[in-house]
Amino acid sequence: MKNGVGVAQNIVLFGGTSEIGQAIIHKLVKPGVSHVVLVSRDIDAAEVQVAEIAERYPDLEVHHVRFNADDSASMIHVVAEVAQQVGDIDVAVIAQGVLQEGVDYYKNPAALLPVADVNFTGTMVLMYALAAQMRSQGYGKMVLLSSVAGERVRKGNPVYGATKAGIDGFALALDHELIGSGVSVLVVRPGFVTTKMTKGMDKAPFSTDAETVATAVEKAISSSRTVIWVPGLLQYMFLILKNLPTAVWRRLPL
Amino acid sequence: MVMQRLSGWGRTAWTVADLVHTTDVDVVRSTIGTAGERGVISRGLGRSYGAAAQNAGGIVLEMTSENDPMGIDADFDPLTGLLTVAASVSIDAILRMCVPQGWFIPVTPGTRFVTVGGAIASDIHGKNHHIDGSFGQHVHSLTLMLSSGEVIELSPEENAAWFWATVGGMGLTGVVLRATVAMLKIESSRVEVETVRLENFDAVCAAMSADGSDDDYRYSVCWVDLLATGASMGRGVLTRGDHAVASKLENKDPLAYDPRLTVSAPGWVPNGLLNKWSIKAFNEAWYRKAPAKSHIGLESIPAFFHPLDGVNRWNRLYGKQGFIQYQFIVPLDRTDVLRKVIEKFSAAGVASFLAVLKRMGPQNGAPMSFPTEGWTLTLDMAAGISGLAELLSEVDTLVLDAGGRHYLAKDSHVSASAVRRGYPRIDEWMSTQEEMDPIGLWRSDLSRRLGLVDQRRSL
Repeated sequence: MKNGVGVAQNIVLFGGTSEIGQAIIHKLVKPGVSHVVLVSRDIDAAEVQVAEIAERYPDLEVHHVRFNADDSASMIHVVAEVAQQVGDIDVAVIAQGVLQEGVDYYKNPAALLPVADVNFTGTMVLMYALAAQMRSQGYGKMVLLSSVAGERVRKGNPVYGATKAGIDGFALALDHELIGSGVSVLVVRPGFVTTKMTKGMDKAPFSTDAETVATAVEKAISSSRTVIWVPGLLQYMFLILKNLPTAVWRRLPL
Repeated sequence: MVMQRLSGWGRTAWTVADLVHTTDVDVVRSTIGTAGERGVISRGLGRSYGAAAQNAGGIVLEMTSENDPMGIDADFDPLTGLLTVAASVSIDAILRMCVPQGWFIPVTPGTRFVTVGGAIASDIHGKNHHIDGSFGQHVHSLTLMLSSGEVIELSPEENAAWFWATVGGMGLTGVVLRATVAMLKIESSRVEVETVRLENFDAVCAAMSADGSDDDYRYSVCWVDLLATGASMGRGVLTRGDHAVASKLENKDPLAYDPRLTVSAPGWVPNGLLNKWSIKAFNEAWYRKAPAKSHIGLESIPAFFHPLDGVNRWNRLYGKQGFIQYQFIVPLDRTDVLRKVIEKFSAAGVASFLAVLKRMGPQNGAPMSFPTEGWTLTLDMAAGISGLAELLSEVDTLVLDAGGRHYLAKDSHVSASAVRRGYPRIDEWMSTQEEMDPIGLWRSDLSRRLGLVDQRRSL
């Protein structure tokens, strides 16, 4: 259940080691939260990062569920296992994602399969399974970490951009389908976020950090917003970028 | 099946449930027969502030009869003052029927738009708690439908444990169908009210203490200005009185009763309308409006008991974010905690439009009934204030450490452990509840959050 001051009792993080996901958990855990479930491949790594929260809130129970994010079909069982451990899933933060750099997809096209499975196919299965669970609860919030990379997919990493474009579109339509059910989706579109995932990469303009993304999510989660951009200015920038003629877009030094 | 988004009066924590409106016993029975594992809760006029009468993913039985063309389903004996009434009937309807006959409801909260069923489930109290106790003490008997569909009769004499588990039981023991209530004889529909302005919190506590003259008045409550600082911190306006005798009303029909809704709150209100500055201005005006010297006058029932009912849907004044009402009680000797709480809210800049202090009398036999001998302070605040969860949690600790507790009908944030600490008889109540509802049918968002019903009992 969530309470009257917007605190959800049971919070689940899919992609338990995601830096942005962890930062969001740190923001959402407040007095009144009873269970946090970390769903990840590497349980030890996920645990280290919440040790500090667990210490601050002695009533809080932290659970772990192992998953393989690229095994799309297994997502159904993952959701069932989480629900079995804590009951209602009040907030699900969906943060699993793969960003491959420097892979030559021309030589090795099959290398993109796990990216598509984690970022797109598996996430869709997961979100439908969560939607079914939350609909039966009469309440629930999914927070999907999308990316501005999906806004207008560009060269350099078309696979990543395309998976984000796909899942972003899916999530918006799913939110639309769920109107009236008490369940909703918040799509988060950060710009370039400096994390371990993007370590060593050149910073894009309007880059941000996990903390800033988490603060924006905390603020938006109890509102009726469906999409947030971090930083907010990106919304207006992409309004222009999306509508540029192809010839101009392709010449931009992005 | 009508899926409906529901919240409490505070308009926070909305969830979706299958809403079934009925006052028919057979429909109630067949509806609970179709319930899935999310269970059922009954709902009256939705005046509980938090999630007591909502049931996410389950069934909500809406039992109201406000516009019933059949009129009020009640049996009233004006000789004995005993009223047997359907649980769906509101105090508003009862007053319209009984006041002209010279009888008043024994306990009324700050709104007359609550049903008898809700009044029992929350064991509501009013300005006369220090003299007359809470609603449950005036209920002679009640008819309850159990989760099995069986209808039983409960009273303090017959099956007392089940009766008192239902009083204050937040609807989790069954559906109250009817109740017999002992009404209060009155000579007039006016209240003789004494209004006193008190310049600080010490003066407020002194005026309301049991050693003072407070017990000479049936009704007593003090409005407190939480935004006043320095020497005026906690200043207030104390109003107390009793039903006026007929001779006080010259040449008027002594029992004339005409409650009217005066204005409606607009459908949309910006989130920040009630803020520190607007409330401060209101408080100043309200304090100055009260006479500096004690003053006695006659007030109507709606003006004295239900001032907020004059503004239809006043709960919308907080805008889309909604609001929470914080009501707690601490023992009589812990006025220091009241002061600390007021200081904490004040320091955090939390403005409260309504802050009310009352001294309560002894507790009744219901394990989950809120009132107990002590001071109860009630304040409301916008739900969207940042850092509110942390602030309330600190205040909760102050209250619980002093041996106090929170009112579940108002609650929208406390934790399961806070209820366990505040209600020492909760285990006894839970085992009676399990006896009455072995299949675990009755569930609400409140019961889920607070673990009031063992979740492992599944249908």
